[in-house]
Amino acid sequence: MTGPAIFLLLAGLGAIAWVSARARALRLQTVARTSGRRDAVHSLPGYHGWYVALWTLIPAAIFLAIWANVSPGLITQTVLSDPAAQSLPADAFSRSAILGEARNIASGAQAAAFNPAAQALVEPYRSAISEYGVIGAVLALVLAFAGGAYAFTRVRPDFRARTRVERLVMASLLIASLLAIVTTLGIVVSLLWESIRFFSMVNPVDFLFGTKWSPQSAALGYGNKDAFGAVPLFWGTIFIGAIIAMVVAIPLGLMSAIYLTQYARPQVRKWMKPILEVLAGVPTVVYGYFAALTIAPALRDFAVSVGIHGASSESALAAGLVMGVMIIPFVSSMADDSIAAVPQSMRDGSLAMGATTSETIRKVLIPAALPGVVGGVLLAVSRAIGETMIVVMAAGLAANLTLNPFSSVTTVTTQIVQLLTGDQEFDSAKTLAAFALGLVLFIVTLLLNIVALRVVKKYREAYE
Amino acid sequence: MMHEPQTLAPATETKMTARDVKVFYGDKQAIKGVSIDVDMDNVTAFIGPSGCGKSTFLRTLNRMNDTVASARVEGAITLDGEDIYAPSMDVVQLRARVGMVFQKPNPFPKSIYENIAYGPRIHGLAAGKADLDVIVEKSLRRAGLWDEVKDRLHDSGTALSGGQQQRLCIGRAIAVEPEVILMDEPCSALDPIATAKIEELIHELRGRYAIVIVTHNMQQAARVSQRTAFFHLGELVEYGVTSDIFTNPRQERTKDYITGRYG
Repeated sequence: MTGPAIFLLLAGLGAIAWVSARARALRLQTVARTSGRRDAVHSLPGYHGWYVALWTLIPAAIFLAIWANVSPGLITQTVLSDPAAQSLPADAFSRSAILGEARNIASGAQAAAFNPAAQALVEPYRSAISEYGVIGAVLALVLAFAGGAYAFTRVRPDFRARTRVERLVMASLLIASLLAIVTTLGIVVSLLWESIRFFSMVNPVDFLFGTKWSPQSAALGYGNKDAFGAVPLFWGTIFIGAIIAMVVAIPLGLMSAIYLTQYARPQVRKWMKPILEVLAGVPTVVYGYFAALTIAPALRDFAVSVGIHGASSESALAAGLVMGVMIIPFVSSMADDSIAAVPQSMRDGSLAMGATTSETIRKVLIPAALPGVVGGVLLAVSRAIGETMIVVMAAGLAANLTLNPFSSVTTVTTQIVQLLTGDQEFDSAKTLAAFALGLVLFIVTLLLNIVALRVVKKYREAYE
Repeated sequence: MMHEPQTLAPATETKMTARDVKVFYGDKQAIKGVSIDVDMDNVTAFIGPSGCGKSTFLRTLNRMNDTVASARVEGAITLDGEDIYAPSMDVVQLRARVGMVFQKPNPFPKSIYENIAYGPRIHGLAAGKADLDVIVEKSLRRAGLWDEVKDRLHDSGTALSGGQQQRLCIGRAIAVEPEVILMDEPCSALDPIATAKIEELIHELRGRYAIVIVTHNMQQAARVSQRTAFFHLGELVEYGVTSDIFTNPRQERTKDYITGRYG
């Protein structure tokens, strides 16, 4: 029996359970109501319907999920005990290749056998699959019936079906929210795991403090000692994301926030703020080719014309400038919120002293809003150093440790992309280095976010 | 609590005059032709029920209504005979001469010292650090706060109690040597003891500055002022010597209000 058929059958059973349980509850409750006691009837008939339907569906669904993971092993066992499997080679690798091929033919994923040995096993496979399919379906249906019948017997006028159903709703909402957390944890664990493998090959001190990055030379067999010094990458990341981008984004974002909150008339603010926020929605790859194709060549030509050495067509400045523009909406909207949160009475107090609007902004509003602004900037930095597309396209790949903004530098994210694209073995130091870089990036952005949220929260409390 | 006799000083010098002042918020008229004189030696109180326009009128006296985009002021208001709404009048100068204390204490989130130094700094009143120290001490003394805060001038002004914060705000207004101080319900957020201190302070400041105080508390108006103006629905119903207003009002509406018929 095929999967979709089982699901249809179960859905049908669930529907029947719902309708019949509801009808039964309705009938029993009508009778119970004649007794005149208010507590004789508890839940609406619909809740009884759901209660029985869920008891019909959930145990069967859980069983099917488990069965889908268990049955392939059982099928392989059955096939191996077939006389036709006796001729299989003893070597585990070619054995599993033949078995896989037979399974694919049997399930229709592959048209014909490449290896004649596989052809002999197709028939045993096919029968085992259908045999276990039938077993699974029968067990699921039995479970559905058993669950439904058990729940059906509990339908009485005063049974608290509503409480049970509500509890299940809450449980499913809880599971939904846990899923995101569990996924994050899973990512952290896998990063940690691969990083530990990397650090068993490369000394963490060499990695964190080494100044020479050339994973290619390690792959060619020149040893790991000098190949994985990540300082140039850290520097490139900080240079682009935390320095150049912030030099652009902090003043522009702050000034636009001040204009929008203090000077702009409501009509102007009404159309300007959404446009600014659209900037945040532009795909980063669009920024990336803007940086690579428009800004970077212009900057190189400029650098050459004024005689700066080491100007490259991929430069830290190009990536940083465009990233700064991308970050403006983040800084601006956080600064906007924190300036708007400064009470009007502060502004009035300053204006009543005879301060001008700009004096009020400089001496009262900005200092009062500073913690919120700092929080916004930290969040923006964490966004900038994790940004990938712009730097991949515009910053270059050369791991230079340089202060020259016109030269090419590389960043942590760029190198992760580099290390993981193309044909790689997943147990070489070169590939595993990507996970170690990812771990460092993750820890740094996590810390930045924690600090930023703390700062913002503390500040919010100050005026409440 | 102190109760010095509410004697009316002979009106020596008229500081501010308002003639037929009308204020509009958009199409709505909030003040309907108010004329009033404020003199140097008497405290003037504005009383009236909520929404009667007393605070709005107060804010026209130092042009704080300019910060409300929809507000429009008609009529003439003068300070020492000079029209404060004339194009030649600089708002910064005006507000240095006509200071203001607000309903809720609003010290800046800076140190006590910096709060007082704020005005002198922006108006360039102090020649140096020593000069500024003198101004800060003098202002805090006048605001009756010096003894309480002299050992912690560099603590945050927002860490003071509500009453201390309000006296800090008065000190901040005094620091720029204004001629007029406008107080918009300065005690409405304070407890009775802090209120008594502010009222005492008003008595001490009387004569040095022309003081106008808006209050919803009639006993307070009776305690601190020598002249009282009663506002109702944007009109100035009655303006006169405080003791007359409270004991012998000429208008029926004033009488109804002070006897608690409405408000």
